[in-house]
Amino acid sequence: MEAVAVPPFERFYAEHRSEVLRLLRRKLGRERAEDAFQETFLRALQAYRRLEHGEHLRAWVLTIARNVAVDTVRRTRPQAEPEEIGTEDRRPAYEELASLTDGLPPKERAAVVLRFGYDLSYEQIATALDSSEDAARQAASTGVRRIRRRISS
Amino acid sequence: MTVSPDLDRRFREAAASLDLVDVGFDVVESPIGDLFVAVSDRGLAEISFDTRAEDQLELLARIAGPRVLRAPRAVDLARRELDEYFTGRRRSFDLTLDLRAMPEFTVSVLRELAHVPYGETTTYGELAARVGRPRAARAVGTVMNRNRIPIVLPCHRVVGSTGDLVGYGGGLDRKIALLELEGAR
Repeated sequence: MEAVAVPPFERFYAEHRSEVLRLLRRKLGRERAEDAFQETFLRALQAYRRLEHGEHLRAWVLTIARNVAVDTVRRTRPQAEPEEIGTEDRRPAYEELASLTDGLPPKERAAVVLRFGYDLSYEQIATALDSSEDAARQAASTGVRRIRRRISS
Repeated sequence: MTVSPDLDRRFREAAASLDLVDVGFDVVESPIGDLFVAVSDRGLAEISFDTRAEDQLELLARIAGPRVLRAPRAVDLARRELDEYFTGRRRSFDLTLDLRAMPEFTVSVLRELAHVPYGETTTYGELAARVGRPRAARAVGTVMNRNRIPIVLPCHRVVGSTGDLVGYGGGLDRKIALLELEGAR
């Protein structure tokens, strides 16, 4: 039997976005769910090309969403466990940053992750965060300072 | 639970900014009706007068990869050049084109078609002669009919040997409108 083809992402996104948002709101509340929603579908996009067939996509994306929710809860909890940082050196930069940016205010966290994890320009970050370029730069630099302070203390 | 238009927009923006899509598409307004426009990582891949994305997405996924997403930002450059064309400020397009998955004959005809100047017309037979297949006028007609990137690849400038407009994938009205815009009629 032939494997089910991976559908164009647009269809996949349209089919599952409501359920993903519902799950994230339940786990994280309205405000944090929005960032987590973006992160879920960006992670899905990142992995989508490597999918070999289009089966169980619902279970797959809900698993990603649950993982993002767990990461979000962990990073907003003040007593994050520092030994988790850097234990796997093969993790991509953006995942590495996910733990480093634990507990930063959402905007700063997003700016730091997009700048240093995804290597976006401030112009692109401004667009993604719906703010000005200056505000994006400001948020990233404040975020970095906050991380430095925390690491050195 | 509905995803708010703002959240949806931000996700699509971020996906395009992060270069995470294989094909970004959007609907672009034009004086000859809305256009479905799709841009891949290699360039402009499709313009269609049929704006129901349904039929197009699978084809695009097969050509360029499965990450096909509506992402207005991805078609910004194409949108700008099309706007300039329709307002008479542009006579030729600078967009790179994605001609993947087309038969060799199709590609050679389309490359020749791209050289037909703004405001001028040629015939199916002439075009066939220019690709070295003088008797293949009918096959050239089929290529025009299936042209995946009309307007930019100007199949509207190709007419019958008697000067009849013959036909157009988007309907004769559109062919007439484009030729009038270019002052060729």
